[in-house]
Amino acid sequence: METLKQGEIKVVQDTQTSVTTVSASQTTATAVRGLETKNVHAWFGKHHVLSDVSLQFPERTVTGLIGPSGCGKSTFIRLLNRMHEFIPSAAMAGQVLQDGQDIYAPDVDAAAIRLKIGMVFQKPNPFPAMNIRENVLSGIKLAHLKVADHDAIVESCLTRAGLWKEVKDRLTATGGSLSGGQQQRLCIARSLAVEPSVLLMDEPCSALDPGSTLRIEETIKELAEKIAVVIVTHNMQQAARVSDFCAFFLTDGGPGYLVEADATKKLFTNPSDTRTADYVQGKFG
Amino acid sequence: MSTFVIEPQSQPVAPQPTTPWKPTRKTKFAGAFLIAVVAIASFAIVLLTGLAGIDGFGLTFLVVFFGATAVRTKRLNPKVRKDAMVGVAICAAAVLAFFPWMSIFVSVVVKGAKGLQPNFLIENMQLTTPDDELNMGGAAHAIIGSLMMVAIAAAITLPLGILSGVYLTEIRGRLTFLVRFVVQSMSGVPSIVAGLFIYTTFVNYTNSFSGMAGSLALAVLMLPTVARTAEEVMKLVPDDLRSASYALGARQWRTSLMVILPTVRSGLTTAGILGIARVIGETAPLLLTSLSNNSYVFNPMGGPIGSLPTYVFGLLQIGTENSINRAWTGSLVLMLLVMVLFLTARYFGGKDNR
Amino acid sequence: MEALIASEIAPEPRQLSVVYNRADRIFRRIVTSGALTSLVLLGLIGVFLFVKSAQIFNDRGLSFITGSNWTAGSGDGVILDDFSIGPMLTGTILVSVIALIIAMPLAIGGALYIEFYAASRLRKLLSTLLDLAAAIPSLIFGLWGVVLFTSFGERWSILLNSRLGWVPFIKVQAEVFGRSPFVAGCVLASLITPIITSVSREVFSRTPRDLIDTCYALGSSRWGAIRTVVLPFGRSGVIGGAMLGLGRALGETVAVYLLLNIVFRYNFRILESEGGNIASLIALKFGEATEYELKALVAAGFVLFLLTLVVNMFAATIVEKSTRRK
Repeated sequence: METLKQGEIKVVQDTQTSVTTVSASQTTATAVRGLETKNVHAWFGKHHVLSDVSLQFPERTVTGLIGPSGCGKSTFIRLLNRMHEFIPSAAMAGQVLQDGQDIYAPDVDAAAIRLKIGMVFQKPNPFPAMNIRENVLSGIKLAHLKVADHDAIVESCLTRAGLWKEVKDRLTATGGSLSGGQQQRLCIARSLAVEPSVLLMDEPCSALDPGSTLRIEETIKELAEKIAVVIVTHNMQQAARVSDFCAFFLTDGGPGYLVEADATKKLFTNPSDTRTADYVQGKFG
Repeated sequence: MSTFVIEPQSQPVAPQPTTPWKPTRKTKFAGAFLIAVVAIASFAIVLLTGLAGIDGFGLTFLVVFFGATAVRTKRLNPKVRKDAMVGVAICAAAVLAFFPWMSIFVSVVVKGAKGLQPNFLIENMQLTTPDDELNMGGAAHAIIGSLMMVAIAAAITLPLGILSGVYLTEIRGRLTFLVRFVVQSMSGVPSIVAGLFIYTTFVNYTNSFSGMAGSLALAVLMLPTVARTAEEVMKLVPDDLRSASYALGARQWRTSLMVILPTVRSGLTTAGILGIARVIGETAPLLLTSLSNNSYVFNPMGGPIGSLPTYVFGLLQIGTENSINRAWTGSLVLMLLVMVLFLTARYFGGKDNR
Repeated sequence: MEALIASEIAPEPRQLSVVYNRADRIFRRIVTSGALTSLVLLGLIGVFLFVKSAQIFNDRGLSFITGSNWTAGSGDGVILDDFSIGPMLTGTILVSVIALIIAMPLAIGGALYIEFYAASRLRKLLSTLLDLAAAIPSLIFGLWGVVLFTSFGERWSILLNSRLGWVPFIKVQAEVFGRSPFVAGCVLASLITPIITSVSREVFSRTPRDLIDTCYALGSSRWGAIRTVVLPFGRSGVIGGAMLGLGRALGETVAVYLLLNIVFRYNFRILESEGGNIASLIALKFGEATEYELKALVAAGFVLFLLTLVVNMFAATIVEKSTRRK
């Protein structure tokens, strides 16, 4: 078992003895930088869809969430930026900590949380009523943030998203004039404008062609030099290419649960659980 | 580093679902308290400044609530503040929009109930004047008249409307564009113009006002609605169904009658009922075609005939206390009829999707 | 052997024809005659209106629309027939525009409230109430207006006049309030708000969910999401709904007849107790109309019909454009 970082809590379910082992490092007093979940569950009405997930997403890492469809990965990622609660029958349990603070605490401003934890969706969706420049600045306008130099922000975000060179001469064109891959990079630039410390990505490349996919994966690796990235993906090879850590989810027909979470290299070459081994070898999924 | 095994019992076996984002009891109570405080403050202001009536109170309440929200959010960031203020404005708009309709529902029920005695539904106005007490006379003639005229109008319109719908979706002959265009244009005919048309043609030709004339005027108003709804409903039938039927060798008439029409049966029923609900309350066309009457008329060609709308209209114009009460009761009966039709349409409208 | 060259001229498509058997032919004939009857019946109205009013337009030309008298001739040549609808036409437009201006903010606010602010049980209740409100016959609006609303309308008119009486269209000549275009406009506004609210709500509910989610994911407030995504998306649908409401207001008869003092004089002062619209003119005059006056009424109806036709066609194209785009 790998050495736990300071303050890290790891939960592994032992299939043979069905005992839940919780390992914790001695000193948990220091607040963890980055995002962390502790024993998180999710429901839709009475339907239990996600069970007991505890994971950590430290700064400057890319974590991939893998597993077959229906395991609750998308639900889990929406718990991280408080988007889960928009569904009328949604309920949850457990804690989601950002820099040690529970984002579900009673007095927390959910909108402010979403400024710090951004999200990019599966289908690229630039705002149709705005041009490229306005799209990038839309987050700033929506949050009423005071920014000195709009042009500088537009350039820096588009550059970080790997789109600047392609659109710098047509910033007033509408978002719809871009290709699918470019639109998705525009969405990434838009999310970056409000300076999140974590970027959540829910299957960002599944609607794109391989060329755009590779470019976005490069972007993700560059982004991870400054922020944390959490990416849900169905594509195992993508997870292997892009992520530092991976978490494998599974369901037996009931709620989705975490089978194993480890460094990507280890998970793919020498996983601790046979189910993980089967999945990464493509025996099911 | 220590590793410890947690016994199953020391962890909750089944954690309970919670919704930490929903407003807590404390917040809800604070909200209710705020509303109460604003209401009391507004009431005090109304008493002091002499602003009159419920509109005065409403306006004061709104202004004070706005002010309270502005003060409460002063220290929060501008986005949250703007959101709160706009929220108040949108709620106010919704209340202002719904208030008159609720007032109508309530007044019709409360004021109409006074006169809703058995004689209202059984007797006519042949022997009573509008100003007599409410336990004399009734609107039976008007109810029967309305039902009769609407029934005749429906008998004319429903077959024509459905046939037009079938033509537009199944046959699609050379007249398609023209039929659709004319139906579309005519759906906006003002009701008085429809009445005027029948007045200058049918009434003139037969030299009398009659229930038939009224029915024709109502039919003119109903036909575009029924035809358009029939076409919409039939367009929803997927082409696969038709293809399957033709592929089995069925002829067109069989396909239409035995495959398509049964599928859209509830939709067509809804179209018909909604058409009826729309015209049963129409007054203007009837003023020009069927006029009104105080006694029973069972012959559509038997001269002027009473109907609920003209009954209410006439009473309203007389304006005495008892006649206005009768007018409210007539309106109550009319609203009940419309509501029954509406709920029936709702009931049928959902069945197609099952 | 020469290589087979794809023929330079593509073969002509075969002319296919369908021969229907007897049963089908009967069926098609019945259906077609049904559609034809509808076509004739409805088309006849337009044709008829045009023909009957032709004489009036021939006699009076454009002054039928611009003149401001409605005098029935005395038949013996002493007083001549003099019919024109000028004040009634402007009255129609005035009252309807007042109604629309009042109705729009209420309808949009109401639609936004139902769709985005109301809890789900309240939303269902409000939807049902909205549908029922749309079904209330205009006569009942008139009854409610006359009996219950007029006192409020009067009070507000007095208030408006005292505070804003210097504005040209608000000041009055006679200090009699209560049956003015303003009061009628208020009641008409309540009459047309249900349909505008329904149409607006329908289009708001079709806003793509992921655009709204994106706004929230960027940390926006509820109003921010509405302003950025919902309103731009719904703009054409809302305008279509407004046109439908306007069309309804233009053709309204009984409510205006009961609430407005019908005076044949141009009046743009909204608090002044006089006005009228073409529909109520027809209702008022048809009873004792001479043959010629009847033709004038038909001509007036024709003008009204054209007006509502234009508005409704405009509405239909906008609503269709917005539903097709999504």
